[in-house]
Amino acid sequence: MAKHHVAATVNGDAVEFLCETEETLLDVLRDQLGLTGTKEGCSTGDCGACSVTVDGRLVCSCLMLGVEANGKAIGTIEGMAQGEELHPLQRKFLEHAALQCGVCTPGFLVASKALLEKNANPTETEVRYWLAGNLCRCTGYDKIVRAVLDAAAEMRGA
Amino acid sequence: MQYEAPTSLDQAVALLANARGEARVLAGGTDLLVQMRTDVVEPALLVDIKGIAELREVREEAGGFRVGAAVTGAELKEHAALKRAWPGVIEAANLIGSTQVQGRATMGGNLCNGSPAADSVPALIAAGAKASIVGPKGRRELPVEDVMIGPRKLALEKGEIIASFLLPKKAPRSADAYLRFIPRTEMDIAVAGCGVSLTLDAGGTCTAARVGLGAVAARPLLVAEAAKALIGTKLDDAALARLDAAVRAACKPIDDKRGTIEYRTKVAGVLARRAAQIALERARKS
Repeated sequence: MAKHHVAATVNGDAVEFLCETEETLLDVLRDQLGLTGTKEGCSTGDCGACSVTVDGRLVCSCLMLGVEANGKAIGTIEGMAQGEELHPLQRKFLEHAALQCGVCTPGFLVASKALLEKNANPTETEVRYWLAGNLCRCTGYDKIVRAVLDAAAEMRGA
Repeated sequence: MQYEAPTSLDQAVALLANARGEARVLAGGTDLLVQMRTDVVEPALLVDIKGIAELREVREEAGGFRVGAAVTGAELKEHAALKRAWPGVIEAANLIGSTQVQGRATMGGNLCNGSPAADSVPALIAAGAKASIVGPKGRRELPVEDVMIGPRKLALEKGEIIASFLLPKKAPRSADAYLRFIPRTEMDIAVAGCGVSLTLDAGGTCTAARVGLGAVAARPLLVAEAAKALIGTKLDDAALARLDAAVRAACKPIDDKRGTIEYRTKVAGVLARRAAQIALERARKS
């Protein structure tokens, strides 16, 4: 069976790749495109470490085939900082020590960015529900939630 | 493994009808990809149906809605008119998985995955939704309660696809609601679930009702006796007690890690009372 030829954009850049049907978008990002910021956790859509956006919609890249990305706009953690300048969420995660081992962090950042694009002023409850699909075994979540709320306030100019 | 992404229902049906090995429809993939990874299913052919217009649209039809089977939970949540008309169906669909899963998961997939605990199914049953099924012999409609016939077993022939769901025109002073019980606040599978849809007359007496139950039998159930307990009443305590009893009588759950038979049965009755009260409040305001 011939490989599939896929054309998409990743963080605004046009990319093309060949993949087998079985390869997930996560496999393609990491193994073919060298974008290893997106992490593999559970591989079953429970942990959120592999979170990316597809046409602006937050998804688990382990639950999507690479071939399904054809014609789509993919957003990953690598698209978050502007050169050397960190996104406010990234800065606030550092300030609040909202990470320890760091494996879940790219997923949390991508998911949090997707939240703030839809809702610039979320309540703590809204942040916690939105991020319920992102698991962290180090922080106990409180620091992450505080970092997201603080970043949201800064981005609103509050 | 072959992958096809047809752009018409005819093409999709032909691919599935002519498949030699195991063929699977790929909608959101949130169940299917997990099952493929764990070798529960090993399809020779995947038919991605998201390129077919009808499956991805919500449109008003005959005063109600035709909801594409591959519309995602996140998209359903953003459809204001649909959410206003059938809030119970939308809240049920939105209970499935995380934000990430909502970005991909669909009601067609939730039904066709064939789990007795699928959250959107009892709500669709309560709403009186019909599945619009397309196959080699053409199109047919089947009430949602008749689609799943047992765990992982569907009343679909080879080559048939659920294209859309038909939600009926909402009567005046009517509303629906869905509740499920899980031991945590998010990201879990129902111990029991109950959808209630009801209609009131001008005096506040219930004139029509439907009650759907999930996770308490081999398949989601429409419980006619539970609806009868509400019809002709103003949902007073006695009527709610009869509803609770009728729901408990319909339960045939299994014991598993999520709950015992006794626990699931008791919880189903409680959920039915509470969902009926939410539907009642909504119907009074509608």
